[in-house]
Amino acid sequence: MSILVIAEHDNSSLKGATLNTIAAAQAIGGGDIEVLVAGSGCASVGEEAAKAAGVSKVLVADNAAYEHQLAENVAQLVAEIGGNYTHILAPATTSGKNMLPRAAALLDVQAISDISGVESADTFKRPIYAGNVIATVQSSDPIKVITVRTTAFDPVAAEGGSASVETLGSAHDAGVSKFVGEELAESERPELTSARVIVSGGRGMQNGDNFEMLYKLADKLNAGVGASRAAVDAGFVPNDMQVGQTGKIVAPELYIAVGISGAIQHLAGMKDSKVIVAINKDEEAPIFQVADYGLVGDLFEVIPALTEKV
Amino acid sequence: MKILVAVKRVIDYNVKVRPKADGSDVDLANVKMAINPFCEIAVEEAVRLKEAGTATEIVAVSIGPKQAQEQIRTALALGADRGIHVETDARMEPLAVAKTLKALIEKESPDLIIMGKQSIDADNNQTGQMLGALTAMPQGTFASEVKVADGKVAVTREVDGGLQTVELNLPAIVTTDLRLNEPRYASLPNIMKAKKKPLDTTTPDELGVSTEARVNLLKVELPPERQAGIKVPDVDTLVDKLKNEAKVI
Repeated sequence: MSILVIAEHDNSSLKGATLNTIAAAQAIGGGDIEVLVAGSGCASVGEEAAKAAGVSKVLVADNAAYEHQLAENVAQLVAEIGGNYTHILAPATTSGKNMLPRAAALLDVQAISDISGVESADTFKRPIYAGNVIATVQSSDPIKVITVRTTAFDPVAAEGGSASVETLGSAHDAGVSKFVGEELAESERPELTSARVIVSGGRGMQNGDNFEMLYKLADKLNAGVGASRAAVDAGFVPNDMQVGQTGKIVAPELYIAVGISGAIQHLAGMKDSKVIVAINKDEEAPIFQVADYGLVGDLFEVIPALTEKV
Repeated sequence: MKILVAVKRVIDYNVKVRPKADGSDVDLANVKMAINPFCEIAVEEAVRLKEAGTATEIVAVSIGPKQAQEQIRTALALGADRGIHVETDARMEPLAVAKTLKALIEKESPDLIIMGKQSIDADNNQTGQMLGALTAMPQGTFASEVKVADGKVAVTREVDGGLQTVELNLPAIVTTDLRLNEPRYASLPNIMKAKKKPLDTTTPDELGVSTEARVNLLKVELPPERQAGIKVPDVDTLVDKLKNEAKVI
């Protein structure tokens, strides 16, 4: 029996989250690892997935019905082939979280969300209550359907594998949903979920224009730029920058929190970072309780000085 | 148009949870409980659709212990018209919840189902998607905008890269994200009125749904505590520490 990993991609390239998810599949072990690429005009993604370390076979379902990976259509495909596997894994990204529970219900399986550890083939660790508690859970379903917290598993190598590529002919179009459009953030900076360094701003930034300061610092450090929920709710920056339990979960080498108080919700999204720096004028701010290096001061003086000196 | 809203009774979001001494579960004894914040946003959205003349009736459903009726009353005070309580003391998993809601949908035939994207206790983020699978309805998850027109609902979704808009045939399922709306506070007169609104009760058994758990909770524990580090006096010291001690820049 084998493990199926659902690829994260945009029809042109494979997203790094897939490699972390393959690593989780390796941690489960016990069989071959196959990767499903469901999309449209996505042959190059299939070839890329075939090079990932540890993959034995790539299944490519290339059909107009899967172009935008609508959950209604892809879930039917996953449910159709799902019976061949012991485990079905997807990254706990917005696309994985959108589609996989739907597939699980079609298979009459209780899915397990956002695992951060593998204890055995049927037992997993996962954060609950915004990461304030870690649960160990054991599934009794014949197929384990799982989303993976990508920061908890180091990615497998993107190159070096030589999996076979197989085409899946079946097309599922439920005909009840339609893609209308998208507004995707365009940035030259590293993506938050894979950046080595992240600079994040909170309510202390006061407005969106002041984020310019953080972009300058980020560009010197080759960093991604994030934000707290407070900064996003206040309209300073768009939602895709939000770090936290309901935003993106990140774990960079260096996380610089600027003008962020450190609500539990935010800490849940970044406390696994290797080194945390907090810059805040309120010395009582909870962010200092998790920071390796804290600097109490006015960010409007500290950030330009820091930008000059790094 | 009839809207069904699902609400869950959870620990109040301001309360810090602790595992029980034996690690079997979190300790919820004498802890303040409330309506799940994402569910409150769902109720608010339904009420706004009714105020706009799009919806005609809002049915609020909660599945849980006797006390979950408090959360149904909250939804009624916010503007829902009537409540259905599915009473159970079982730890209901998302799949069982979805099966229960499906059974109610078969009786109620709503045009739109609005629910939170996740509950802040188990953080599963599954029930809406599972309900979509079981009812063959389309799903608009993580919604930041909902527009109903001509037998369809356009849902703008918060996705990792930004925003995505999908158009769904009704009946459909919408799950709410944080920025969909800001829920109102219930006024005292509305809280009083809510006590007189109809509230039916049933059970999973009556609806033919098994509450047996598929995923067993073996234990809960606190995550490894992160130790607070040091305060540095100035930017020069910070840069020095990052370069020479932490070696991250």
